[in-house]
Amino acid sequence: MALLQISEPGMSPAPHEHRRAVGIDLGTTNSLVATVRSATPAVLPDALGRPLLPSIVRYGKDGAVEVGYPAQAKQALDPRNTVVSVKRFMGRGLKDVAHIENAPYDFVDAPGMVQIRTAAGVKSPVEISAEILKVLRQRAEASLGGDLTGAVITVPAYFDEAQRQATKDAGRLAGLNVLRLLNEPTAAAIAYGLENASEGLYAVYDLGGGTFDISILRLSRGLFEVVATSGDSMLGGDDFDQRVFCWVVEQAKLPPLGARDMRLLQVRSREAKEHLTYHGEAPITAKLSTGDVVDLSIDSETFCNITQTLVQKTLGPMRKALRDAGLGVEDVKGVVMVGGATRMPQVQRAVGEFFRRDPLNNLDPDKVVALGAAMQANVLAGNKPQGEDWLLLDVIPLSLGVETMGGLAEKIIARNTTIPAAKAQEFTTFKDGQTGMSFHVVQGERELVADCRSLARFELKGIPPMVAGAARVRVTYQVDADGLLHVSAKENSSGVEASVVVKPSYGLADADIERMLRDSFEHANEDVHARALTEYRVDGQRLLEATRSALSQDEKLLGNDERESIRTAMLSLEKLLPGNDHRAIKRAVDALNRATEDFAQRRMDEGVRRALSGKMIGSL
Amino acid sequence: MQNHFELFGLVPAYALELEALEKSYREIQAQVHPDRFAHAGDAERRASLQWTTRVNESYRTLKDPVQRGRHLLELHGVDVAFETNTQMPTEFLMQQLELREELEAAAANKDSSRLDGLRSRLRLQKKELENEIAQAIDGKKDYGGAAELVRKLMFLDRLDSEIDVAYEEIE
Repeated sequence: MALLQISEPGMSPAPHEHRRAVGIDLGTTNSLVATVRSATPAVLPDALGRPLLPSIVRYGKDGAVEVGYPAQAKQALDPRNTVVSVKRFMGRGLKDVAHIENAPYDFVDAPGMVQIRTAAGVKSPVEISAEILKVLRQRAEASLGGDLTGAVITVPAYFDEAQRQATKDAGRLAGLNVLRLLNEPTAAAIAYGLENASEGLYAVYDLGGGTFDISILRLSRGLFEVVATSGDSMLGGDDFDQRVFCWVVEQAKLPPLGARDMRLLQVRSREAKEHLTYHGEAPITAKLSTGDVVDLSIDSETFCNITQTLVQKTLGPMRKALRDAGLGVEDVKGVVMVGGATRMPQVQRAVGEFFRRDPLNNLDPDKVVALGAAMQANVLAGNKPQGEDWLLLDVIPLSLGVETMGGLAEKIIARNTTIPAAKAQEFTTFKDGQTGMSFHVVQGERELVADCRSLARFELKGIPPMVAGAARVRVTYQVDADGLLHVSAKENSSGVEASVVVKPSYGLADADIERMLRDSFEHANEDVHARALTEYRVDGQRLLEATRSALSQDEKLLGNDERESIRTAMLSLEKLLPGNDHRAIKRAVDALNRATEDFAQRRMDEGVRRALSGKMIGSL
Repeated sequence: MQNHFELFGLVPAYALELEALEKSYREIQAQVHPDRFAHAGDAERRASLQWTTRVNESYRTLKDPVQRGRHLLELHGVDVAFETNTQMPTEFLMQQLELREELEAAAANKDSSRLDGLRSRLRLQKKELENEIAQAIDGKKDYGGAAELVRKLMFLDRLDSEIDVAYEEIE
């Protein structure tokens, strides 16, 4: 018998439906998806109860794609078509990738981001990462029973803009609404800080499979504030495997290896590394395709010696982060360890000696990032009422600059600036009748452009022709809460909005993404139209909900005409939503967005006024 | 021109009410931050981005001793003129020269404890300068005099960031 639920008018038991939101840790070695259920964050396991998804993708000749354990099982047999640690290639060019000679792939040297030729065609790291994300999305949808409202995807704090953009593109390609890119150490701090009700300054030491981050955060009730961050986006547990691998090749005096043998020994090296966390010695045995047999044993001392420089390499960024924060080791109240590679005893020791205190290990270093991301996704989806949620203030890890005369980089936004942040610059024309200008944006701390990472070149077009020096072009560089850059430009004397064409140096142009989206649909036999329809419906639904709640709070801020035009726009969207015309829905969404533009601005002003009013009265 | 103090409900003064500033900053962020609008419509997200960017910039300006001084003086109609006015008293320049020589020597010898010493001396000088600026602006209302002090402080700031570079090179 169904129970009758009784509720008084205006006291509905569920003010709105709980939105399905997830946090995804897209790791170099393993990936995870987590969500918050009944106020508790939990990792969602696969059908066999396994929480981790190995970040391994295998492409078959027939176009079939295997992800995770099945791909892992075949990696030594089919190394060329089985991509591991794809995160290392995100937003990177061929010459940026360390130890590329030891990677068994058929790289395609294209300008921009490196690509890999597989049995199923040439794939970019964005597409490969999207395969991993798709599996996690499906896992979450099956487990939560429906489409996801959105996802938070974590990235290393030290990822540059190109690497972040690549990650967000992968999310989009996997059909996720990416609510936010969240820095991994910050995610860990959320999970740790809320679990332990911590207050004060904390360091998060995050050594993952392929990246190293150190972040210093100030934790207080309801606020997570990143004070400084540093790291090395090309240093991680993989490099420790690599050292063992080189040691094996040297000890066994092996000739140059084929792709399969190389992968086999890399797998064995990783296993030995993991074994050494709990044992004093680890065996390494393998039968190679050449008939050679490797039968070695490595002890902890040797392992420590051959990896000592790697551990040392993490100390520099730690000192730099402390300096940037203006702090000494004595100011730090605790050090949270994140990432599977922090299990290595020599890493624990080095961090303990540096901070002169034992690191905190009470959360699973493999899961803490995904759990924190799930908690943040829950807040971003609006599942937590104001007052019970928290505020997260993060920073940009590397300075942004523009190229000036003589190949110098002029800093426009300094590293460790709290985001969102923006900077405007004014330029003028140097030739009569000049209608265009070009710019080069870079990221990094060095003075020479050649020593920084090129992010994008962009061109301004449509400046009205004038005499030299008369045009005043104002270029605005805006870094959003994801750490992504947006450029806009305006000619000030005429008010003409100059068009900006951005060519990302390592990222993908919008057209590439569109093509990949189309390809993935064709491959999956999904209907492009149906997909677009679902997306715009979700969008429209969300906008209607947001507008209704805005009206119920602040309708008094509206004049009659404005209220009328918003109501009309809402009505027409409501009518179109159940229909099948995705273009019409999109137009109605745009119209409602336009109709609420001024209202949104005023609501925001009102919010600030309210926040300050208590104080104003108090100081009178 | 926008008044960064007003945004946080503060009385314009060089001596900063840090606690009040931080409290207002958090309260405003709690209202406008993009995390509050991740599931809202485009219009609200745009407004939120603009507001947060502005609040962050004002906060950064006020927290930075050089930028705070420059902003306050601008509010009083005095241009600090970092770019055009590089005239400094000889005594100050000599002192700077000495500090720079010390920095170069420490960097050349890869002597981080010498860098530590230099840094703590510099930080002390900066603190003293900040006190002088507060007296000049908040007390004596000598804005012309304060402008020179702020320029001096900027010199010391530059040296400070060069010490950072030296540390990085040593590591």
